[in-house]
Amino acid sequence: MNKTNIMESAFKNNTQFLNETGDIARFTGRFFKELFKPRQEFEEFLRQCYWVGYKSLPLVGITAFIMGLVLTIQSRPTLVEFGAQSLLPSMVSISLVREISPVITALICAGKIGSGMGAELGSMRVTEQIDAMDVSGTNPFRYLVVTRVMATTLMLPVLSSLSNAVSLYGGYIGVNIRGQVSWHLYWSQIFNALSFGDVVPSIIKTFFFGFAIGIIGCYKGYTSKKGTEGVGRSANSAVVVASLLVFMIDLIAVQISDLLGLT
Amino acid sequence: MNPSSVINVEKLNKSFGDNHVLRDFSISLNKGENLAVLGKSGSGKSVLIKCIINLIPADDGQVMVLGRNVNELNQEELDKLRARVGFLFQSNALYDSMTVRENLEFPLRMHWKKSERLVSTEKAVMEVLNDVGLIHSIDMMPEELSGGMRKRIALARTLILRPAIILYDEPTTGLDPVTAREISQLIIKVQRKYNTSSIIISHDMNCINTTANRVVMLIDGKCYANDTYANLEVSTDPKIKEFFD
Repeated sequence: MNKTNIMESAFKNNTQFLNETGDIARFTGRFFKELFKPRQEFEEFLRQCYWVGYKSLPLVGITAFIMGLVLTIQSRPTLVEFGAQSLLPSMVSISLVREISPVITALICAGKIGSGMGAELGSMRVTEQIDAMDVSGTNPFRYLVVTRVMATTLMLPVLSSLSNAVSLYGGYIGVNIRGQVSWHLYWSQIFNALSFGDVVPSIIKTFFFGFAIGIIGCYKGYTSKKGTEGVGRSANSAVVVASLLVFMIDLIAVQISDLLGLT
Repeated sequence: MNPSSVINVEKLNKSFGDNHVLRDFSISLNKGENLAVLGKSGSGKSVLIKCIINLIPADDGQVMVLGRNVNELNQEELDKLRARVGFLFQSNALYDSMTVRENLEFPLRMHWKKSERLVSTEKAVMEVLNDVGLIHSIDMMPEELSGGMRKRIALARTLILRPAIILYDEPTTGLDPVTAREISQLIIKVQRKYNTSSIIISHDMNCINTTANRVVMLIDGKCYANDTYANLEVSTDPKIKEFFD
């Protein structure tokens, strides 16, 4: 490949990236426009909450438990080296609540929910089901997109809070594999270690994670093209873009927390 | 514009890149009429009816539906107009996560008030299912239905809003000759009962012969011929003849 071709390819990729960013921004703008219109699809919203929230509980719960357990077991030797094993519950709880649990929950949801939405809406697009809603004047955007994005935005903080609790329980098991810490002592150490600045920002950022996962999953599916291949591609890129956005939002959230003196 | 026409398309143009699908295409559909649009695969027949309902925006030209210019309507006005224009997709486009009943109820959620829905939905669903002869399939999922049954359910879903116009996109494609004949008869039955006007996109000559009052031939993006089936059938023009041979 010569230099001109490389330049052309880079220019094309940049243009595509900017076009897609613009399309996502327009899609997000349309979401907010539709959100405040009357006659929302409340029933469908509840159904989506059930799918996004309740149906993700086992996966999030098991992952959180293992996460807490492994983190505790892995951290213990280092703390023992410094004679600071009594700080294990505090350290684990801050790591889990502030960062690991929300981000891992969001990544799991990006994989499970984002790809599911990308594939479901993509399949509806290529089989003309979205067009059928459109031609019957039933506003598919409000029915399919607004409900799903709202469900992920509201359910992710719930899942993340649950993940916090389960991972801390995993931590309790981990602490007691090699040592002996009572239930009461473990939790009192955790509550002493955690402050407002640890819990609230971590919950607030999960709303944004949920919104990003929902909007990207829906955008990728809703604008899917090129048949079954396009559906696969939509599902795949929904996961990739949503995961990337989770990290970017996390980075911004950390900076904001730092500026506000919450770190 | 003819005062009795419910659809009037004037000098419609639509291109996809360098592919000029419709070039200054003009037709009108009269009230109570069944108009067939005949053309080869890929000639732009489906694009034409999608432009009529503004599912695909036209590049140029005017599309008047029930006295409204579809290109000048906002989303809300367009939704209201679309409720009066049924569209039967070639693929049927049934909502595959919903039962037949839910498929039929779905269009009502936006156009009927809640109080009206509570009282009249069941009756409306049963009536259209009766019209297409599939009352027994009410709680079935689309995947459990045969091709002909899906077509009938898709037509029932179109009928539930009592449209003034129905746009049929290849209604008999992919069906066996017997089922295709039944669907053609159903189109006639629906026209008589609901007094609809229809545009039927097809290259199934039996379907066109059975259903159409008038036939428009779409060749090279233009309206090549516009006459009754009987007159076109005896035409000596080679481009027309090849469809009837």
